[in-house]
Amino acid sequence: MSQRTALYPWHVSIGAKMVDFAGWEMPLHYGSQLDEHHCVRRAAGMFDVSHMTVLDLSGARVHAFLRYLLANDVALLEGPGRALYSCMLNEAGGILDDLIIYSLSESKYRLVSNAATRSKVVAWIARQGEPFAVEVAERTDVALVAVQGPLARQAVLRVLDRDLQVLTSSLASFQAAWKRETLVARTGYTGEDGFEIMIPRERALDLVQALRAQDVTPAGLAARDTLRLEAGLNLYGADMDESVTPLESGLGWTVGWQPENRDFIGRKALKAQRVKGERWKRVGLLLQEAGVMRAHQRVLTADGGEGVVTSGGFSPTLKRSIALARVSANTSQQSGTVQIRQRLHPVRLIKPPFVRHGQPCFGAAA
Amino acid sequence: MSNVPEELRYAKTHEWVRQEDDGTLVMGITDHAQELLGDLVYVELPEVGRTVQAREELAVVESVKAAADVYGPVTGEVVGINESLVESPELINRDPYGEGWMVRLKPESAEEFANLLDAAAYSALAESEED
Repeated sequence: MSQRTALYPWHVSIGAKMVDFAGWEMPLHYGSQLDEHHCVRRAAGMFDVSHMTVLDLSGARVHAFLRYLLANDVALLEGPGRALYSCMLNEAGGILDDLIIYSLSESKYRLVSNAATRSKVVAWIARQGEPFAVEVAERTDVALVAVQGPLARQAVLRVLDRDLQVLTSSLASFQAAWKRETLVARTGYTGEDGFEIMIPRERALDLVQALRAQDVTPAGLAARDTLRLEAGLNLYGADMDESVTPLESGLGWTVGWQPENRDFIGRKALKAQRVKGERWKRVGLLLQEAGVMRAHQRVLTADGGEGVVTSGGFSPTLKRSIALARVSANTSQQSGTVQIRQRLHPVRLIKPPFVRHGQPCFGAAA
Repeated sequence: MSNVPEELRYAKTHEWVRQEDDGTLVMGITDHAQELLGDLVYVELPEVGRTVQAREELAVVESVKAAADVYGPVTGEVVGINESLVESPELINRDPYGEGWMVRLKPESAEEFANLLDAAAYSALAESEED
């Protein structure tokens, strides 16, 4: 039996094409995923992401717990209202999930992770948190709406209550503010400016209707995927999973190696891999002709390296096919081929992202 | 409910076919098919002059989320293709039975066309596949 967010009736009422995603009935699009994608790049779009896992962690030792649990270091957070992107690893250094952690107070943090990994992540955190006497509250009473695009900020400020509006107007990227039960964070998954708003379920409808009145366009999961791919952002389960480490997934920058005496789950295995050498690295692919790259297609680099497409698709902004791929760590080539059906097609290897501020931006592959 | 014009014939694999006055057949994919695929971004058309067997792969359409094969509805020779689809694959989404036509065929026999599904039969098929 599929789960539904608080906004399910609203999605249906405005003509969403609903699909199953990780056991949730979610809007794939509301008519045209390409239009929704362009709206986010040029104006503002909003996504119902209430299916994601929201956990509130509290206790006297929660800070110490998180420094052990996560590969990135929460000690980097300067105080309440700051957020951090991190991977959560197993003992082998494999990625269990990627998530954002928000500091709410010295003894309270909020963690937002993927819908598809919910039961695994909740069980893991409960187990790892026990020795630290951390209380874990799964916030199924919270709806999550992401508003993204160059005009997102002004739209969001217009719909917030006065107090929260004042607090929100001074937020920089990866900062959050809250008032009573509503939390607003300047974070997102599209490569655009915007906010992710956490609000009690029963107020979600009012929020999206107010945003719609500000000309924010409802956007579905299909647009969310093309946007994040253009932004070079990994999708857990596709671009990374437990079989690879952050170092092999383009996320080496999220590992907090310093201070050296911070033990975290997977540190030892990562250190060993750093010494021995990673097996893979992440690159971006630009298809040099018409066609569409898709996950699992074979990649060959010009120097005989092998690899696989982890996420492929079409970039509406660039109007060509782009992909993220995992290739041999020691390849140094900028060109290669990808196998689509029976034929080999030329690709250029680049360092993601593909699009920034709505414009193409390709650097040479690492 | 998708649009299924009365005057056309259909294949089970979601192609539509129209018989022209000169005996050639024009084909494309149905409204039901384009709706399932979503926004199309790429179309691979056959070469003019190529022959195709009924139910043989003739063309490929790619949407953002999936690739789908388009099959020859009858046995025949490709005598025309809709070049506009190369630049504007979205014509298939916008107007699948008109500007989104894909291939013109010279059929080998008239029999195979007569054996295609009529609008009522295709509607029933499409409906049974709908969520």
